Amino acid sequence: MVMAKFTCSGCGFTYDEAVGMPREGYPAGTVWADIPEDFPCPDCAVCEKPEFDLQDD
Amino acid sequence: MTTYTATAESGEAVSYSDNRRYLWMLGMIVPVLPVLGWGLVELTGLGVFWFFALIFVYTVIPVLDAVIKTDENNPPEAVVPALSSDAYYKWIVYLYIPLYYATFIWGAWMFATADLAWWAALGLTLSVGGVSGVAINTAHELGHKTDLQDRWLAKITLAPLAYGHFFVEHNRGHHKRVATPEDPASSRMGESLFAFLPRTVFGSLRSAWHIEKERLERRGKSVWSLDNDNLNAWAMTAVIWGALLLWLGWIIVPFLIVQSVYGFSLLEVVNYLEHYGLRRQKLENGRYERCQPHHSWNSNHIVSNLFLYQLQRHSDHHANPTRHYQALREFPEAPQLPSGYAAMLLIAYFPPLWSWLMDKRVAEHHNYDLTKAALQPGKEAKLMAKWHRPQAEPAAA
Repeated sequence: MVMAKFTCSGCGFTYDEAVGMPREGYPAGTVWADIPEDFPCPDCAVCEKPEFDLQDD
Repeated sequence: MTTYTATAESGEAVSYSDNRRYLWMLGMIVPVLPVLGWGLVELTGLGVFWFFALIFVYTVIPVLDAVIKTDENNPPEAVVPALSSDAYYKWIVYLYIPLYYATFIWGAWMFATADLAWWAALGLTLSVGGVSGVAINTAHELGHKTDLQDRWLAKITLAPLAYGHFFVEHNRGHHKRVATPEDPASSRMGESLFAFLPRTVFGSLRSAWHIEKERLERRGKSVWSLDNDNLNAWAMTAVIWGALLLWLGWIIVPFLIVQSVYGFSLLEVVNYLEHYGLRRQKLENGRYERCQPHHSWNSNHIVSNLFLYQLQRHSDHHANPTRHYQALREFPEAPQLPSGYAAMLLIAYFPPLWSWLMDKRVAEHHNYDLTKAALQPGKEAKLMAKWHRPQAEPAAA
């Protein structure tokens, strides 16, 4: 399965599905679809999940 | 002086040197103010200097702000990466921490052993409390960094004043919900400082606990774990306060408590100033609009900005929280406080004076459409009757 990355449109923080965010309780391999809608960017907290963009590389 | 050069998007060469580069070191005066105060007491025999840190914050800085005024310049965007990665600016922030710890321990020792008159002990305690309050500003700058080491230092800085939960609540609570009804640390038009203080102190504590509880639940852990950032931060306080108690005895308890309460009250007064009456609007999809510069009060006063790592360029800070202090910008659309924080917090202590000075600015900022402002529940009718004039012409720029 191909893992995708999503980038915060405010500060550039990237959520990588392959890495997840174990500290926040999202283990490696947690797909973006399983992240809650109100997930705040852990770096800037300005943007939430709907304001993240799929990285195309 | 270091000059940063870069090529702008237009292809033009840009160079910039920060004319405040060395002035940022002035911030390191703050943590040693209580010691300087003691020196002045010794030198002049005048006991009033036990209150030196308070005199400095409430008198010297407001006067200098009134005289030296504001600076609206922004660094050119092209040099910001170089300016932000210059380690010099980081060291300015780091150096506050050992100076603060030294003063804190010295203050406790003086309090316990110098046999001071009650009012001199109070002056010393409040002076150290003032330094603790400004230390929250240092912790704030570090807590926003993505570096793990900086985040640890933020907690260490908050430990002597027992406010470690600020590190959790500020970044993941206050920033997420700023200028919405859900944020305990955003004040409302018509809300006096004294109504706001308990709401923000207890609301922020409750929120910090809840944030960590939810995070640990997702990980299948109990909230009663040392992974809880509130608990591990408070544990640092227990160690420091415990060590001072063992060393100096119970006499130190009033010092610890009073400096803490005064220190965090300074932070909470600053919270009161920063978003007074401002509100993010709810969008059709039920989410709040994104935080923009006009959701925070801004101040470009040079002197207070030097002592606070440009915290007062708060509009940019909330719109772009990961931006480094030396690169924070002024935005013309941001509402402007009439003075720096030092003078404004003094005004906030007198609610009628605060309302007289600020309510007209809130109304003007919203173009006299008060349905867009944050209003204190119970005072809506009164405020609307006084200020709501939705048909008014836009205020002259």
